[in-house]
Amino acid sequence: MSKCRSCGEPAVIDLPRHNANFCSEHFIQLCRRQLSKAISDFDMLKPEDRVLVAVSGGKDSLALWDMLVEEGYQADGLYIGLGIGEYSDESGAITRKFAADRQLKLIEIDIRDEHGFDIPTAAGVTGRSPCSACGLSKRHIFDEVAKREGYDVLATGHNLDDEAAVLFGNTLRWDVEYLRRQAPVLSAGSGFGKKVKPLVRLTEREMAAWCVVRGIDYVVEECPMALGNKHLAYKDALNALDATSPGTKASFYLGFLDRMRPVLEQSAAIDAPSSCPTCGAPAATADQACAFCRLVDSASGHEPIPVRMVLNKKARKMFDAQWGSQDGN
Amino acid sequence: MIVRLRQPSREVEVRGDRPARAILLELGFAPEAYIVICNGTLVPSDTILREPDSVELRPVISGG
Ligand code: SF4
Ligand SMILES: [Zn+2]
Ligand SMILES: [Zn+2]
Repeated sequence: MSKCRSCGEPAVIDLPRHNANFCSEHFIQLCRRQLSKAISDFDMLKPEDRVLVAVSGGKDSLALWDMLVEEGYQADGLYIGLGIGEYSDESGAITRKFAADRQLKLIEIDIRDEHGFDIPTAAGVTGRSPCSACGLSKRHIFDEVAKREGYDVLATGHNLDDEAAVLFGNTLRWDVEYLRRQAPVLSAGSGFGKKVKPLVRLTEREMAAWCVVRGIDYVVEECPMALGNKHLAYKDALNALDATSPGTKASFYLGFLDRMRPVLEQSAAIDAPSSCPTCGAPAATADQACAFCRLVDSASGHEPIPVRMVLNKKARKMFDAQWGSQDGN
Repeated sequence: MIVRLRQPSREVEVRGDRPARAILLELGFAPEAYIVICNGTLVPSDTILREPDSVELRPVISGG
């Protein structure tokens, strides 16, 4: 049995990128250090900040909420009911239990109650991909709630793997504008609140391990809309590289932060956006509603479209294996 | 021995008395994309798994 690098006790996890194994106590310590380093390197949070954590019921956001509370931050949760069939029912229940067990404050927004549509319906009606309709809606609602409830910062559970996959995609397309905007902190301004990603130095595997070690129950089954998407293909590719040369994924992303971001920051800034005539949120042009208001406009009040109907053939097969096809949802 | 897999949740029969890592590779899974839970606790991927251990190989990758 392998031993902890720090204390020699039996290890619970091997971390090839650190070329070492760790016991639960020293693994927890390592994660905390990585969290603190990200927070201080990028001036993410001040001790007195009121933090709103965007929680989905998945491992990353629950681990983040747990870590921030442990570090003494005043952190409340925001859960958005996206109306994605059983997946949403299960993730909502898990998130509520997490908050109740720890007596934490959880704000819940049900997108159908508040805006009259759900994600499968929005995707079906507009022809957008579900993840694009979903991402756009979540960003809008996060901003809106953080502003309305007076939070200083919104924290999301994006981890190193998420950021490395996005970076990989942006680089493959040489999308300079997206590369410029890919940062662990987005400061407040032009209608947006401050947003931070404190988990950028921690991998997806480390966050799953954190949850198991800390006894956090999270939704392990994947959102059905993610099945077979491009983001997953990029992650697979990076993990394949990591298998032959451990640490490649981390140095790809952390090297970008250290050495490429300063170069990008010096180049020209993006124009400040105007604001949406309907809701006041930032929009590309002043005479047109923002992307979220346009989504609401086309999808709100539409008869609900079941999850299964908006999946492609391959994703539908995977969906049936995971959730069963009987209930048609 | 039987191991539990997820996404979707299912069970498969594999040969035991081997490190978890070897089983992951045989199943075509990248070790960086999985954690190994043996009898309810997290274990490193060089842990030898054998009957009657209750084992879950849990994927950690999410697509959102
Ligand atoms: S996988 Fe896509 S649809 Fe599902 S929660 Fe994530 S962004 Fe939304
Ligand atoms: Zn130790
Ligand atoms: Zn608007």
